[in-house]
Amino acid sequence: MATLGSAQLPAETRIPSTVSTAPVTKLAPRHSALVRVTHWITTICFLALLLTGIEIVISHPRFYWGETGTVLTTPLFQLPIPSSRRSVPTGYGYVLPDQNGWSRALHFEAAWIAVLTGLLYVISGLLTRHFRKDLVPSKADLSWRALLTSFAKPLRFERPSAAEASSYNGLQRLTYLFVIFVLFPLVIWSGLAMSLAFASAFPWSVTLLGGRQSARTIHFFVSLALVLFLFVHVAMVCLAGFWSRTGAMITGRTATRKEHA
Amino acid sequence: MINLSRRRLIVSGLAATAGASGLAMAARLAQKYGLVPPDHGGIYGLGETLTYASQRLLTRHSLAREFPRNRISPRPFPNYLDPFTEDFKSLRAGGFADYRLSIDGMVHQPASFSIADLKSCPSRSHITELACEEGWSYIAEWIGVPLSHVLHLVGVHPQARYVVYVSMEPDTWDSIDMADALHPQTFLCYGMNGNDLPVAHGGPLRMRLPRQIGYKNIKFITHLTVTDNLKRFGKGLGSAAAEAGYAWYTGI
Repeated sequence: MATLGSAQLPAETRIPSTVSTAPVTKLAPRHSALVRVTHWITTICFLALLLTGIEIVISHPRFYWGETGTVLTTPLFQLPIPSSRRSVPTGYGYVLPDQNGWSRALHFEAAWIAVLTGLLYVISGLLTRHFRKDLVPSKADLSWRALLTSFAKPLRFERPSAAEASSYNGLQRLTYLFVIFVLFPLVIWSGLAMSLAFASAFPWSVTLLGGRQSARTIHFFVSLALVLFLFVHVAMVCLAGFWSRTGAMITGRTATRKEHA
Repeated sequence: MINLSRRRLIVSGLAATAGASGLAMAARLAQKYGLVPPDHGGIYGLGETLTYASQRLLTRHSLAREFPRNRISPRPFPNYLDPFTEDFKSLRAGGFADYRLSIDGMVHQPASFSIADLKSCPSRSHITELACEEGWSYIAEWIGVPLSHVLHLVGVHPQARYVVYVSMEPDTWDSIDMADALHPQTFLCYGMNGNDLPVAHGGPLRMRLPRQIGYKNIKFITHLTVTDNLKRFGKGLGSAAAEAGYAWYTGI
């Protein structure tokens, strides 16, 4: 028995596959499970909110500033698109079909899921120090030279190096923090301010934004900013390698096979 | 797979059980305290229920924002109306003298009111915003009798939960819960900006709920039914709008 046991030990250590994969499995994932799950729930909700938001805007593609505004008052601007209401003068000779019923329902349902998911993400991000570790930039990150470099590199279509792919540069950190702590809260606030019942309980939520129609206009522009972020975000993912980056956000692992092959 | 230890399995199993029973408990409580809207079914039911329940908890007694007189919109926009029925045309020809609002259902004293009867009730007004689900809005002074006053006159049964209101316009009806029916700003509205309510804005009588979206503020109402159950009305979703895919509760 004793000889068998001692003979087995070195044999086990000689199996190369277990040795080489061991450090890989011990590595912390590129994105934690919570970040991955909340990322994709938010993605689905955002696309639903965007689609239904466009449908709702089509029923009145005019924007105003202040408390009130109708087709009888001068708009701040009007989108040059057709409308799903014949009361809106658009210059187009036709009226699009009304999609507001299901659009409003899905818009608010997706908003609920997105807000609850966002709360889970922010609370857990504070508890696990995710923001401090992964998103708050260091002093060195914030130098003009570093920020300019991070800005210029993708414009020259330079792929990030392996080291750069394992964490975020200063510009990315600032952008993510801005989206998470400025744009999302603002789009939620301006959306809630348009709820008559919410505004009855929290009237300052409307007055601080300059009125109901101002809230609607702000909601529109913050949504545009979020769409702009989405485009840049997806462009960056494509530049860095769409499948490896998307894979990392699904499985948590970055493709490290090359180093072992 | 490697990380799925027994402890983790047990913990996540317990969490899932706690979550499921928590949800079941929440659903029970929500039903008990009237936090479930009649259109809670279907794929959008989750959103409708979360909105209605949270706004009922947060805003049951809150008052819609009121504005000073100088902020009344000079040109209130009257939305498009369907062609008037012959019945409506003849009532209008008679100056609405024969227009009646009848109330029945779970009341002690079913009754019928002319516009003059309603005007002889204590008159109230508020300067509030009417906001359409499409996005536009205007401010006007709305004059009427609080629905709570009329409900008091006819005597509502204690088990009543909803007030159904029906328009002269074909297939146009809606309903509100007692929290909104008894809310001090909920009016049977017969006046606007110091005058009689124009026909274009729903005259001689419309429902005015300043904490809900425009389409809930139904025009030309002629009939109220107090009830404890909306299942018996139409398809049971609480309003014609809900049957057309629009939310029953429109505090948002």
